[in-house]
Amino acid sequence: MTLAARDVRWSAGGRMIVDGVTLHAKPGKILGLIGPNGSGKSSLLRLLCRLRKVASGVVTLDDCEIGTLPRHELARRLAFVEQQATTEIQLSVCDVVRLGRTPHRGALASWTTTDEDAVEAALARVDMADRHDQFWHTLSGGERQRVHIARALAQMPSELILDEPTNHLDIQHQLSILTLIRRLGITCIMALHDLNLASLFCDEIAVLHEGKLVDAGTPETVMTEPLIQHVFGVAVSIRRAASGRRHIEYLIEPF
Amino acid sequence: MVRPNWLARGAVALLAFVLLILAIALAVTIGEMSIPLATVFKALGNGLFDLDYPVSAIQQGVIFDYRLSRAVVAALCGGALALSGAILQALLRNPLAEPYILGISAGASTGAVAVMILGFGGAALSISGGAFLGAIAALVIVAVLAAGSGGATDRVILAGVAGSQLFNAATATIVTTLASAEQARGVMFWLLGNFGGVRWPDVWLATPVAFAGFAVCIFHTKALDAFAFGADAAAALGVAVPRVRIVLFVTTAVMTATMVSIVGTIGFVGLVIPHAARFLTGPAHARLLPACLIIGAIFMILADILSRTLVPQQILPIGVVTALFGAPAFAFILYRARRPA
Repeated sequence: MTLAARDVRWSAGGRMIVDGVTLHAKPGKILGLIGPNGSGKSSLLRLLCRLRKVASGVVTLDDCEIGTLPRHELARRLAFVEQQATTEIQLSVCDVVRLGRTPHRGALASWTTTDEDAVEAALARVDMADRHDQFWHTLSGGERQRVHIARALAQMPSELILDEPTNHLDIQHQLSILTLIRRLGITCIMALHDLNLASLFCDEIAVLHEGKLVDAGTPETVMTEPLIQHVFGVAVSIRRAASGRRHIEYLIEPF
Repeated sequence: MVRPNWLARGAVALLAFVLLILAIALAVTIGEMSIPLATVFKALGNGLFDLDYPVSAIQQGVIFDYRLSRAVVAALCGGALALSGAILQALLRNPLAEPYILGISAGASTGAVAVMILGFGGAALSISGGAFLGAIAALVIVAVLAAGSGGATDRVILAGVAGSQLFNAATATIVTTLASAEQARGVMFWLLGNFGGVRWPDVWLATPVAFAGFAVCIFHTKALDAFAFGADAAAALGVAVPRVRIVLFVTTAVMTATMVSIVGTIGFVGLVIPHAARFLTGPAHARLLPACLIIGAIFMILADILSRTLVPQQILPIGVVTALFGAPAFAFILYRARRPA
């Protein structure tokens, strides 16, 4: 058992955004969160990494309630990659990745070789080691997302939470980012928009609809025509692709 | 690059310190009354180390009680304002943030005017005391407004704008309805900043505030770095965002309110010195904050020298000088460091 939510609720502006969700991540596996816009994916991810406080229910990390952990200890275990987080400050790639060492360093600690090794290793894992000194504002969207993932890896987390890591990327970069995440081998929970990509890259899928968990399980069991019709309101035909994964074809009315 | 180069750091710190001492020496030597350099040293020796050189009482007073205390307060004030500006720019993620963004200068001017013109507080309250109370009152109102609107950074800035406008209106109301022409002129001079009345007791007030404030800020450099991608990103990196924000807002507010109450509202330094320092040190706060302290201090001392000497027989308001000379200097820095869009 790694990260788990039990009957978690959260509301904002008098509206229930996350409504009694129970789910857990399996060690070393990728759990995909899918659902239409406004179904509560981002909010649930923020509850899981304690960026928002649950109104009721509990989020646990190894059976320890995350609300009781000191923040920096949580940040050593759990890293979060936001969608499209950017900055106006003139930072280099390694400046950004170095931020990942924040939870490991005391307020007045100086930079150590352990820190430097963690940064170099993280950059190597996302294939950006040669971009060490490049400035953030000169990077493309896909490169920025890689740097964010490297920053998260420099935290040395055992769980990684990603909010739509492929948003606004072209298909080549979407695939390369997801392949990269697959190869990390750490427990991941990520929100995804693209159903086919979710089916291709996730070990498990949880489906959110209006803040409630509708179904969870392997892509093969969860991705069904009636469920997608119900949750997303679109007609689909699902077949087995050459990869063995499910392929979702959208059925549209003839023009 | 991995290991911190202590030798280089020590050299930079030493150089900065020497420059600061030189600036103070310059400030003590230059002035309306021309005093030979030897006399300056003697007077300093008398004042600092209780030596017994023969120096006329007037010269001794001008050098030690007037120019030196003034230079030290100018340094502390410039350093504290630049430091506050750098902190607020990081916390609010806004390059236009400056020490007065949370209504402190507006509140201070209302407080000062209330004492000067309304006689608020009677004999018990000095203009400085009134300015400090006004600054704190404005800050509390802005804090309540900001917290009530959710506390997001843009709301904090808007709350500061609302608070500033309110207190500026109050100041203007008092000045236009109740002040004599002479009082109005006095108010205007106060608002543009003035080191004229500074003496040693002000040094004893400004020194602990500036250094304690600096210590608090240095303790939070890593947290400030973590704000680069926003408050959520900082929280995900283990920063206790609400606590850090409150501690640093209060620290900068106390520093700024103290300086404003001693010398009035001196603009430009808190906004622009952090940017100028960033070109030298890069964005990491562990280097940026000490650089702001030193550059702000030196800049303010030099600005004060100019304000005293530029127009013979007259003292230009320090706020005018900081902007008049700082703006072109900053334009030059911006031009040199421009990057392709």
